[in-house]
Amino acid sequence: MSQWYMLTLVGKDQLGIVAKVTSALYKGGCNLGEASMLRLGGNFTIMLMVNYAGDNKQLYDLLKEVVRELNLHLHIDAIEGHLHQHRDPEVRITVHGADRAGIVAQVTGVLNEAGLNILDLESDVGGSVENPFYIMHIEGIATQGIAQLSQALQQLLATQHPDLKVQLEPIETLVM
Amino acid sequence: MSLLEILTYPDPRLKTISAPVTEFDAKLQAFLVDLENTMRAGPGGVGIAAPQVGRFQRIILLDVSSKPKIKHHGNLVLINPEITQWEGFEIGREGCMSVPDYTGNVIRAQYLHLVAQDQHGVQHEYDMEGFEARAIQHELDHLDGLLFIDRLVSRRHDLFRRKVYKAKTIKPDPSSSVE
Repeated sequence: MSQWYMLTLVGKDQLGIVAKVTSALYKGGCNLGEASMLRLGGNFTIMLMVNYAGDNKQLYDLLKEVVRELNLHLHIDAIEGHLHQHRDPEVRITVHGADRAGIVAQVTGVLNEAGLNILDLESDVGGSVENPFYIMHIEGIATQGIAQLSQALQQLLATQHPDLKVQLEPIETLVM
Repeated sequence: MSLLEILTYPDPRLKTISAPVTEFDAKLQAFLVDLENTMRAGPGGVGIAAPQVGRFQRIILLDVSSKPKIKHHGNLVLINPEITQWEGFEIGREGCMSVPDYTGNVIRAQYLHLVAQDQHGVQHEYDMEGFEARAIQHELDHLDGLLFIDRLVSRRHDLFRRKVYKAKTIKPDPSSSVE
Protein backbone atom coordinates (compact mmCIF):
# COMPACT_ATOMS: atom_id res chain seq x y z
CA MET A 1 0.00 0.00 0.00
CA SER A 2 1.37 3.38 -0.91
CA GLN A 3 1.78 6.29 1.45
CA TRP A 4 2.14 10.05 1.10
CA TYR A 5 5.41 11.65 2.08
CA MET A 6 6.39 15.29 2.30
CA LEU A 7 9.86 15.88 0.94
CA THR A 8 11.76 19.04 1.75
CA LEU A 9 14.91 19.78 -0.21
CA VAL A 10 17.12 22.79 0.39
CA GLY A 11 20.49 23.76 -1.05
CA LYS A 12 22.53 26.12 -3.14
CA ASP A 13 20.57 26.79 -6.32
CA GLN A 14 21.92 25.27 -9.50
CA LEU A 15 20.65 24.17 -12.88
CA GLY A 16 18.67 20.96 -13.14
CA ILE A 17 17.78 20.21 -9.52
CA VAL A 18 14.07 19.68 -10.12
CA ALA A 19 14.67 17.51 -13.20
CA LYS A 20 17.24 15.31 -11.45
CA VAL A 21 15.28 14.90 -8.23
CA THR A 22 11.96 14.17 -9.91
CA SER A 23 13.45 11.75 -12.41
CA ALA A 24 15.06 9.78 -9.56
CA LEU A 25 11.64 9.67 -7.88
CA TYR A 26 9.88 8.68 -11.09
CA LYS A 27 12.37 5.89 -11.81
CA GLY A 28 11.90 4.69 -8.23
CA GLY A 29 8.15 4.30 -8.75
CA CYS A 30 6.95 7.45 -7.00
CA ASN A 31 3.99 9.56 -8.01
CA LEU A 32 4.06 13.29 -7.27
CA GLY A 33 1.22 15.30 -5.78
CA GLU A 34 1.27 19.02 -5.09
CA ALA A 35 4.62 20.81 -5.03
CA SER A 36 6.04 24.25 -4.46
CA MET A 37 9.54 25.35 -5.41
CA LEU A 38 10.93 28.74 -4.47
CA ARG A 39 14.25 30.50 -4.47
CA LEU A 40 14.71 32.06 -1.07
CA GLY A 41 17.74 34.25 -0.58
CA GLY A 42 19.41 32.57 -3.52
CA ASN A 43 18.78 29.09 -2.12
CA PHE A 44 16.86 26.38 -3.86
CA THR A 45 13.90 25.16 -1.81
CA ILE A 46 11.18 22.72 -2.68
CA MET A 47 8.45 20.92 -0.82
CA LEU A 48 6.71 18.15 -2.63
CA MET A 49 4.12 15.53 -1.93
CA VAL A 50 5.31 12.10 -3.02
CA ASN A 51 3.22 8.97 -3.10
CA TYR A 52 5.36 5.88 -2.64
CA ALA A 53 4.86 2.22 -1.77
CA GLY A 54 8.05 1.87 0.25
CA ASP A 55 9.10 3.18 3.61
CA ASN A 56 10.97 6.30 4.65
CA LYS A 57 14.40 4.68 4.36
CA GLN A 58 13.72 3.25 0.88
CA LEU A 59 12.54 6.67 -0.30
CA TYR A 60 15.69 8.24 1.09
CA ASP A 61 17.78 5.66 -0.76
CA LEU A 62 16.11 6.57 -4.06
CA LEU A 63 17.42 10.12 -3.70
CA LYS A 64 20.69 9.44 -1.89
CA GLU A 65 22.87 9.76 -4.94
CA VAL A 66 21.26 12.84 -6.49
CA VAL A 67 21.19 14.57 -3.12
CA ARG A 68 24.91 13.93 -2.66
CA GLU A 69 25.73 15.03 -6.20
CA LEU A 70 23.78 18.29 -5.81
CA ASN A 71 24.75 18.83 -2.18
CA LEU A 72 21.15 19.18 -0.98
CA HIS A 73 19.62 18.79 2.46
CA LEU A 74 16.79 16.29 2.31
CA HIS A 75 14.06 15.85 4.88
CA ILE A 76 11.30 13.26 4.61
CA ASP A 77 8.08 13.05 6.63
CA ALA A 78 5.33 10.49 6.27
CA ILE A 79 2.15 12.56 6.10
CA GLU A 80 -1.55 12.19 5.83
CA GLY A 81 -2.00 13.70 2.39
CA HIS A 82 -5.21 14.62 0.65
CA LEU A 83 -5.69 15.81 -2.88
CA HIS A 84 -8.76 17.47 -4.38
CA GLN A 85 -9.36 19.63 -1.34
CA HIS A 86 -8.38 23.08 -2.54
CA ARG A 87 -9.92 25.98 -0.71
CA ASP A 88 -10.47 29.27 -2.46
CA PRO A 89 -9.10 32.38 -0.78
CA GLU A 90 -11.61 35.15 -0.02
CA VAL A 91 -9.24 37.97 0.68
CA ARG A 92 -5.84 39.20 -0.36
CA ILE A 93 -3.69 41.42 1.83
CA THR A 94 -0.60 43.22 0.64
CA VAL A 95 1.73 44.87 3.14
CA HIS A 96 4.86 46.84 2.44
CA GLY A 97 7.10 49.27 4.22
CA ALA A 98 10.65 49.97 5.35
CA ASP A 99 12.14 46.66 6.46
CA ARG A 100 12.40 46.06 10.19
CA ALA A 101 11.91 43.20 12.59
CA GLY A 102 8.35 42.34 13.62
CA ILE A 103 6.24 43.24 10.60
CA VAL A 104 5.11 39.67 9.88
CA ALA A 105 4.57 38.81 13.54
CA GLN A 106 2.48 41.89 14.23
CA VAL A 107 0.46 41.89 11.02
CA THR A 108 -0.32 38.18 11.10
CA GLY A 109 -0.92 38.41 14.86
CA VAL A 110 -3.76 40.90 14.51
CA LEU A 111 -5.11 39.11 11.44
CA ASN A 112 -5.15 35.85 13.34
CA GLU A 113 -7.14 37.43 16.15
CA ALA A 114 -9.56 38.83 13.58
CA GLY A 115 -10.14 35.36 12.15
CA LEU A 116 -7.85 35.11 9.13
CA ASN A 117 -6.97 31.61 8.02
CA ILE A 118 -3.85 32.02 5.85
CA LEU A 119 -3.78 29.81 2.76
CA ASP A 120 -0.79 31.38 1.07
CA LEU A 121 1.91 33.77 2.22
CA GLU A 122 4.91 35.04 0.34
CA SER A 123 7.23 37.79 1.35
CA ASP A 124 10.32 39.40 -0.04
CA VAL A 125 12.92 41.99 0.84
CA GLY A 126 13.52 44.47 -1.95
CA GLY A 127 15.26 47.81 -2.28
CA SER A 128 18.94 48.25 -1.52
CA VAL A 129 21.26 47.15 1.27
CA GLU A 130 21.04 50.65 2.79
CA ASN A 131 17.30 51.03 2.29
CA PRO A 132 15.60 47.65 2.29
CA PHE A 133 11.84 47.33 2.10
CA TYR A 134 9.67 44.43 3.10
CA ILE A 135 6.73 43.28 1.00
CA MET A 136 4.27 40.54 1.82
CA HIS A 137 1.25 39.05 0.08
CA ILE A 138 -1.22 36.98 2.02
CA GLU A 139 -4.26 35.15 0.73
CA GLY A 140 -6.72 33.53 3.06
CA ILE A 141 -10.20 32.93 4.37
CA ALA A 142 -11.86 35.54 6.57
CA THR A 143 -13.60 33.31 9.08
CA GLN A 144 -15.09 36.33 10.89
CA GLY A 145 -15.67 38.42 7.78
CA ILE A 146 -13.53 40.87 5.86
CA ALA A 147 -14.66 43.91 7.86
CA GLN A 148 -13.06 42.41 10.98
CA LEU A 149 -9.74 42.08 9.20
CA SER A 150 -9.91 45.58 7.86
CA GLN A 151 -10.67 46.98 11.31
CA ALA A 152 -7.83 44.99 12.91
CA LEU A 153 -5.33 46.28 10.36
CA GLN A 154 -6.56 49.82 10.76
CA GLN A 155 -6.06 49.59 14.49
CA LEU A 156 -2.55 48.19 14.07
CA LEU A 157 -1.56 50.99 11.72
CA ALA A 158 -3.05 53.65 13.97
CA THR A 159 -1.29 52.41 17.06
CA GLN A 160 2.01 50.95 15.88
CA HIS A 161 2.84 51.20 12.20
CA PRO A 162 1.60 54.44 10.63
CA ASP A 163 4.16 54.11 7.82
CA LEU A 164 3.16 50.64 6.63
CA LYS A 165 1.12 50.47 3.45
CA VAL A 166 -1.58 47.85 3.77
CA GLN A 167 -4.10 46.93 1.15
CA LEU A 168 -6.95 44.51 1.60
CA GLU A 169 -9.19 43.34 -1.20
CA PRO A 170 -11.80 40.65 -1.54
CA ILE A 171 -11.03 37.91 -4.06
CA GLU A 172 -14.17 37.07 -5.93
CA THR A 173 -13.86 33.82 -7.79
CA LEU A 174 -16.20 33.63 -10.73
CA VAL A 175 -17.19 29.98 -11.04
CA MET A 176 -18.85 29.14 -14.33
CA MET B 1 -36.53 18.56 -15.71
CA SER B 2 -33.43 16.82 -16.91
CA LEU B 3 -29.88 17.67 -16.01
CA LEU B 4 -27.20 17.07 -18.60
CA GLU B 5 -23.90 15.45 -17.80
CA ILE B 6 -21.01 17.92 -17.54
CA LEU B 7 -17.79 16.91 -19.27
CA THR B 8 -14.81 17.44 -16.99
CA TYR B 9 -11.16 17.94 -17.75
CA PRO B 10 -9.12 15.99 -18.88
CA ASP B 11 -11.91 14.76 -21.16
CA PRO B 12 -10.48 15.38 -24.67
CA ARG B 13 -13.90 16.34 -26.02
CA LEU B 14 -13.55 19.69 -24.25
CA LYS B 15 -10.96 20.58 -26.92
CA THR B 16 -13.53 20.34 -29.70
CA ILE B 17 -14.23 23.47 -31.73
CA SER B 18 -17.98 23.92 -31.85
CA ALA B 19 -19.99 24.51 -35.02
CA PRO B 20 -22.38 27.42 -35.63
CA VAL B 21 -26.09 26.89 -35.02
CA THR B 22 -28.16 26.98 -38.19
CA GLU B 23 -31.52 25.51 -37.09
CA PHE B 24 -33.53 27.42 -34.52
CA ASP B 25 -36.09 24.65 -34.14
CA ALA B 26 -38.05 22.96 -31.36
CA LYS B 27 -35.13 20.61 -30.65
CA LEU B 28 -32.94 23.61 -29.93
CA GLN B 29 -35.56 25.10 -27.60
CA ALA B 30 -35.80 21.82 -25.67
CA PHE B 31 -32.02 21.65 -25.38
CA LEU B 32 -31.87 25.23 -24.06
CA VAL B 33 -34.25 24.31 -21.23
CA ASP B 34 -32.07 21.37 -20.19
CA LEU B 35 -28.93 23.46 -20.54
CA GLU B 36 -30.33 26.19 -18.29
CA ASN B 37 -31.38 23.67 -15.65
CA THR B 38 -27.88 22.19 -15.77
CA MET B 39 -26.30 25.64 -15.41
CA ARG B 40 -28.51 26.57 -12.45
CA ALA B 41 -27.68 23.27 -10.71
CA GLY B 42 -23.94 23.98 -10.95
CA PRO B 43 -21.74 25.46 -8.22
CA GLY B 44 -21.50 28.89 -9.83
CA GLY B 45 -24.55 28.86 -12.00
CA VAL B 46 -23.65 32.04 -13.90
CA GLY B 47 -22.83 30.59 -17.29
CA ILE B 48 -22.58 27.47 -19.39
CA ALA B 49 -21.52 26.60 -22.91
CA ALA B 50 -23.10 23.77 -24.93
CA PRO B 51 -19.81 21.86 -25.44
CA GLN B 52 -19.58 21.45 -21.65
CA VAL B 53 -22.47 19.01 -21.94
CA GLY B 54 -21.11 17.36 -25.08
CA ARG B 55 -23.13 19.32 -27.64
CA PHE B 56 -20.60 20.97 -29.91
CA GLN B 57 -22.58 23.95 -31.07
CA ARG B 58 -21.96 27.66 -30.52
CA ILE B 59 -24.49 28.15 -27.73
CA ILE B 60 -23.92 29.97 -24.45
CA LEU B 61 -26.21 30.77 -21.55
CA LEU B 62 -25.20 33.58 -19.25
CA ASP B 63 -26.78 35.07 -16.16
CA VAL B 64 -24.57 36.99 -13.76
CA SER B 65 -27.52 38.83 -12.18
CA SER B 66 -26.99 37.00 -8.86
CA LYS B 67 -23.77 38.97 -8.29
CA PRO B 68 -24.56 42.10 -6.31
CA LYS B 69 -23.94 45.61 -7.60
CA ILE B 70 -22.71 44.91 -11.10
CA LYS B 71 -23.85 45.90 -14.56
CA HIS B 72 -25.41 43.06 -16.52
CA HIS B 73 -28.03 42.16 -19.10
CA GLY B 74 -29.88 39.53 -17.05
CA ASN B 75 -30.54 36.06 -18.36
CA LEU B 76 -29.06 35.69 -21.85
CA VAL B 77 -29.23 33.09 -24.58
CA LEU B 78 -26.24 33.77 -26.82
CA ILE B 79 -26.06 31.80 -30.04
CA ASN B 80 -23.19 32.12 -32.52
CA PRO B 81 -21.66 34.90 -30.39
CA GLU B 82 -18.79 37.04 -31.63
CA ILE B 83 -16.78 39.64 -29.78
CA THR B 84 -16.32 42.52 -32.17
CA GLN B 85 -14.41 44.95 -29.92
CA TRP B 86 -12.66 44.79 -26.60
CA GLU B 87 -10.79 47.15 -24.32
CA GLY B 88 -8.72 47.09 -21.14
CA PHE B 89 -7.67 44.06 -19.18
CA GLU B 90 -7.79 42.82 -15.63
CA ILE B 91 -6.88 39.77 -13.64
CA GLY B 92 -9.61 37.80 -11.94
CA ARG B 93 -9.96 34.41 -10.38
CA GLU B 94 -12.03 31.87 -12.25
CA GLY B 95 -13.37 28.42 -11.68
CA CYS B 96 -15.31 26.13 -13.99
CA MET B 97 -17.78 23.25 -13.69
CA SER B 98 -15.61 21.39 -16.20
CA VAL B 99 -12.47 21.86 -14.05
CA PRO B 100 -13.40 20.72 -10.53
CA ASP B 101 -11.26 21.59 -7.49
CA TYR B 102 -9.12 24.22 -9.15
CA THR B 103 -9.34 27.98 -9.54
CA GLY B 104 -6.82 30.33 -11.04
CA ASN B 105 -6.07 33.83 -12.22
CA VAL B 106 -6.84 34.75 -15.79
CA ILE B 107 -6.44 38.01 -17.70
CA ARG B 108 -9.56 39.09 -19.54
CA ALA B 109 -10.72 42.18 -21.36
CA GLN B 110 -12.67 44.58 -19.12
CA TYR B 111 -15.09 45.87 -21.72
CA LEU B 112 -16.34 44.29 -24.89
CA HIS B 113 -18.93 44.51 -27.60
CA LEU B 114 -20.73 41.30 -28.41
CA VAL B 115 -22.94 40.32 -31.32
CA ALA B 116 -25.05 37.19 -30.85
CA GLN B 117 -28.33 35.64 -31.88
CA ASP B 118 -31.08 34.71 -29.43
CA GLN B 119 -32.97 31.42 -29.27
CA HIS B 120 -35.10 32.47 -32.27
CA GLY B 121 -32.16 33.51 -34.42
CA VAL B 122 -32.66 37.25 -33.95
CA GLN B 123 -29.40 39.18 -33.76
CA HIS B 124 -28.64 41.41 -30.74
CA GLU B 125 -25.71 43.53 -29.68
CA TYR B 126 -24.40 43.99 -26.15
CA ASP B 127 -21.85 46.17 -24.42
CA MET B 128 -20.52 44.19 -21.50
CA GLU B 129 -18.11 44.90 -18.68
CA GLY B 130 -16.65 43.42 -15.51
CA PHE B 131 -18.03 40.08 -14.39
CA GLU B 132 -20.37 39.73 -17.33
CA ALA B 133 -17.55 40.43 -19.79
CA ARG B 134 -15.31 37.96 -17.96
CA ALA B 135 -18.02 35.31 -17.99
CA ILE B 136 -18.71 35.60 -21.72
CA GLN B 137 -15.00 35.38 -22.53
CA HIS B 138 -14.72 32.25 -20.37
CA GLU B 139 -17.73 30.67 -22.11
CA LEU B 140 -16.64 31.70 -25.60
CA ASP B 141 -13.36 29.91 -24.98
CA HIS B 142 -15.33 26.68 -24.50
CA LEU B 143 -16.72 27.08 -28.03
CA ASP B 144 -13.14 27.18 -29.30
CA GLY B 145 -11.96 24.21 -27.25
CA LEU B 146 -10.17 26.28 -24.61
CA LEU B 147 -10.40 26.17 -20.83
CA PHE B 148 -9.35 28.84 -18.34
CA ILE B 149 -6.41 26.63 -17.38
CA ASP B 150 -5.07 27.28 -20.89
CA ARG B 151 -4.82 30.97 -19.98
CA LEU B 152 -3.56 30.95 -16.39
CA VAL B 153 -1.18 33.57 -15.10
CA SER B 154 1.12 32.96 -12.15
CA ARG B 155 -0.57 32.74 -8.79
CA ARG B 156 2.47 34.00 -7.01
CA HIS B 157 3.59 36.97 -9.01
CA ASP B 158 0.72 39.08 -10.19
CA LEU B 159 2.13 41.55 -12.63
CA PHE B 160 -1.14 43.37 -12.82
CA ARG B 161 -3.39 44.52 -10.06
CA ARG B 162 -6.28 42.24 -9.54
CA LYS B 163 -9.47 44.20 -9.34
CA VAL B 164 -8.89 47.87 -8.89
CA TYR B 165 -12.44 49.02 -8.30
CA LYS B 166 -12.80 46.96 -5.13
CA ALA B 167 -9.35 47.67 -3.72
CA LYS B 168 -9.26 49.50 -0.47
CA THR B 169 -6.14 51.04 0.99
CA ILE B 170 -6.13 50.91 4.74
CA LYS B 171 -4.92 54.06 6.39
CA PRO B 172 -4.58 54.77 10.06
CA ASP B 173 -7.96 56.05 11.09
CA PRO B 174 -7.50 59.22 13.18
CA SER B 175 -10.87 58.61 14.85
CA SER B 176 -9.96 55.12 16.05
CA SER B 177 -8.98 54.86 19.67
CA VAL B 178 -5.28 54.85 20.36
CA GLU B 179 -4.25 53.09 23.51
